[in-house]
Amino acid sequence: MSQTLLDKVWDAHTVRTLPNGSTQLLIGTHLIHEVTSPQAFGMLRDLGLKVLYPSRTFATVDHIVPTDEREEPFKDSLADEMIRALRRNCEESGVKFFDLPSGQQGIVHIVGPEQGITQPGTTIACGDSHTSTHGAFGAIAFGIGTSQVRDVLATQTMAIRKPKVRRINVDGKLAPGVYSKDVILHIIRCLGVNGGLGYAYEYGGSTFDAFTQEERMTVCNMSIEGGARVGYVNPDETTFAYLNGRPYAPKGAAWDEAVVRWKNSASDPGANYDDVVGYDAAEIAPTVTWGINPGQAIFIDERVPRLEEVPEKDRATAEEALAHMHLKAGEPIKGTKVDVAFLGSCTNGRLSDLTEVARHIKGRKVRAGVKAIVVPGSQGVAALAESMGLAAIFRDAGFEWRGAGCSMCLGMNPDKLVGDQLCASSSNRNFKGRQGSPLGRTVLMSPLMVAAAAVTGEIADAREIFSVK
Amino acid sequence: MALEKITQVTGRGVYVPGDDIDTDRIIPARFMKCVTFDGLGEFAFFDARDAAKTAGMVHPLDKPEFSGAGILLSGSNFGCGSSREHAPQALYRFGFRAVIAESFAEIFFGNSITLGMPCVVMSAADIQAVAAIIESDPAALLTLDLLEGKLSIADMDFPLALPEHAKEALVTGKWDAIADLLEGIDDVKARAATLPYMAA
Repeated sequence: MSQTLLDKVWDAHTVRTLPNGSTQLLIGTHLIHEVTSPQAFGMLRDLGLKVLYPSRTFATVDHIVPTDEREEPFKDSLADEMIRALRRNCEESGVKFFDLPSGQQGIVHIVGPEQGITQPGTTIACGDSHTSTHGAFGAIAFGIGTSQVRDVLATQTMAIRKPKVRRINVDGKLAPGVYSKDVILHIIRCLGVNGGLGYAYEYGGSTFDAFTQEERMTVCNMSIEGGARVGYVNPDETTFAYLNGRPYAPKGAAWDEAVVRWKNSASDPGANYDDVVGYDAAEIAPTVTWGINPGQAIFIDERVPRLEEVPEKDRATAEEALAHMHLKAGEPIKGTKVDVAFLGSCTNGRLSDLTEVARHIKGRKVRAGVKAIVVPGSQGVAALAESMGLAAIFRDAGFEWRGAGCSMCLGMNPDKLVGDQLCASSSNRNFKGRQGSPLGRTVLMSPLMVAAAAVTGEIADAREIFSVK
Repeated sequence: MALEKITQVTGRGVYVPGDDIDTDRIIPARFMKCVTFDGLGEFAFFDARDAAKTAGMVHPLDKPEFSGAGILLSGSNFGCGSSREHAPQALYRFGFRAVIAESFAEIFFGNSITLGMPCVVMSAADIQAVAAIIESDPAALLTLDLLEGKLSIADMDFPLALPEHAKEALVTGKWDAIADLLEGIDDVKARAATLPYMAA
C-alpha cells in the first residue's frame, strides 16, 4: 500500500498504543536547551528516574546567551544560573553538550543539521516549537513541552496522536529576490495561523525539489506558525549531499545502507493525503507581515488591509494589530520607518542567508539611526562566514557582527527592542512583545528584505534597492 | 502514581477576549529565565495587564470581581506559538483549573492536559453567552462536566467538546502519561533495537 513518509516513520517508531488511544512513539533523537530542560531534569530527580538513552540526547545553549559579551559569569545572574544548570544536568546524565567553548554551540535547530544529527526517516523532539525545522530532512520532528521533555529523557518516548497529512505543492520558479521565507509566509497567509491544526505539512513540488537544504529548513521552521506542529520535505539527493561527511552522519558502509533506508522513507507515489493544496511559485512576491501574527502578511507592493477587506472573524485581531503596529489601513507598508534590522534566528541564520545578503550589501551602508545586527545561527556558521570574508562585508556596511544565539528573535537575552521600536526581522514571530519590549513592533521578512530596510531605514522592496534581476 | 480523576471542574469564570492569544502573551519570554516553574503565576498575561493599566483600563484578570476565578474563557487558536509549558504552568499557578476556547493550538493543548488542566472547546456564540452571564454576575459558578460534555451556569447548559483521548486521560486519572510510558520500557528497548540510528 502506498504510504506517506509520516506513515512509514510512525510505524517504524510506534512502541504501542496507550489505553487512551494515543501512540507511545519512540523519539530517536532528543535535542535540549537551557530554557525548557531544567524543570524536566528536576522532575526526573523527583521521580528517581535517569536518562534512558543519554547518547540520543544532544544539548546546546541558545535562548539566553548574550551575543556580544559572552564571558562567564553572565551579567544576568538568572541566565548564568540557566547555563550552569544545563552544564550540570548534561554532565550528570552523560548527555553531549555543545557548550559555549566548544566552537559548535548555536541555535538548537541549526546545530542539529550542521552536526549531521538530524537525519531522514527519524523522529526528533525538542522543547521548542521550531523543532519542525528538522522536517526539512524528512524527519518527523515535534516541538514539545517540558513534561514531555521529561518523558523523552526518562523513556525515549512520548504519548502522541498521529496527525493527518496535508500535501502542500509549490511548483515553478521563484522570481529573483523572492526566497523560501516568502514561500512560507505566503502559505501561512493563505492557510491561516491555525489552518494546520491537527495536520503535518508535507511540502513538495518542483520549487521544493530545486530548493537547497537550507531553504527547505526555512520553510519547515515556520510550519508551527501555520498551526502545523510537524512539517517535512521528502529526502532526496540534496538532503544526502548536505549530510555526507558531517560529524554525526554515518560513515563508510553504514552511509550506503543509511542512504538506501532514507530513500525508502520518502512518501510513495500515489500516497494518500488527507488534504492537498497547491501554489504557483511565480505568483509569490517578497512578503512582509503587517500585524501581530505571521498570517497577517502582504506582498511588499500591497497596502495594509482595510478592516472591511478582512474576513469578519479576523477583524478584531486586525484592529488590535493595526493599533499595536501604528499602521494605517489602506496605506502602503513600503516606506514605514524602521528602527532596527535583525538578521539571524533559526529561520534565517544559516550560512546561505548570510552569503545571499553579503553579496548584495557589499559596498552599501546601513542608514544612520538604524541599529542593524547580524547574528550567525551557530559558531560553525560564524566561523565559516568569517573565513569567507562575510563578517567583514557586514561590518564595513555598518552591521554589528555578533556571536551565535537566538538573539533578538525573543526577549530572553540582552538583545531586545526598546519602547515601540519597529524591527525589520528575519525571524519567525511577530507576536506582541516577542522581541522583548511589550510595545515593540516586528515586521517579518526575508534576509535580503531586512538588508533593504537596514540600508534605507524603511520597509523597502529589496529588488529595487539592490537592483535584483 | 495515582492521580486525581478529573471529571468535573467548578469555579467562577473570567473572559479574556481575543483570537490567536499566543504563549508569548500568556507568559512573556523574559519571565522564563528560571530553572523551576515556581512563581510563574503572577506573571500570567503580564504585559497585557500592564498595557491595560497604562491605558487607564483594568485587564479582566485584575478586576476585583473576577479575583479567584478558576476557569478562563477566550477566543480561537488559544495558546498558539511557542511550545513553552511555562504558559499553562503560569495559568495553573495563577489559579486556573480549566480553559474554555473556540479552539486550541496543539502543543498548548497537550501541555495543559499533562498538568491536569482541561482545555474544552465551545462555540463562539456559547462562549459569548457565558461571558455575558459572567459579566452580569461575576460570582456565578461554572461547572464543567467532562463526562456529560456540558458546561452548566445559572440553570443553563452548554455543550462542550473534548477529544476522546484527552477526556479518557483526565477522567481516568492518567493525564500525566509518564506512568503509562514507563510501563512500556521493555517494548521501547525492543523497538529501539530495530532502528540502526539508535544503535550508532
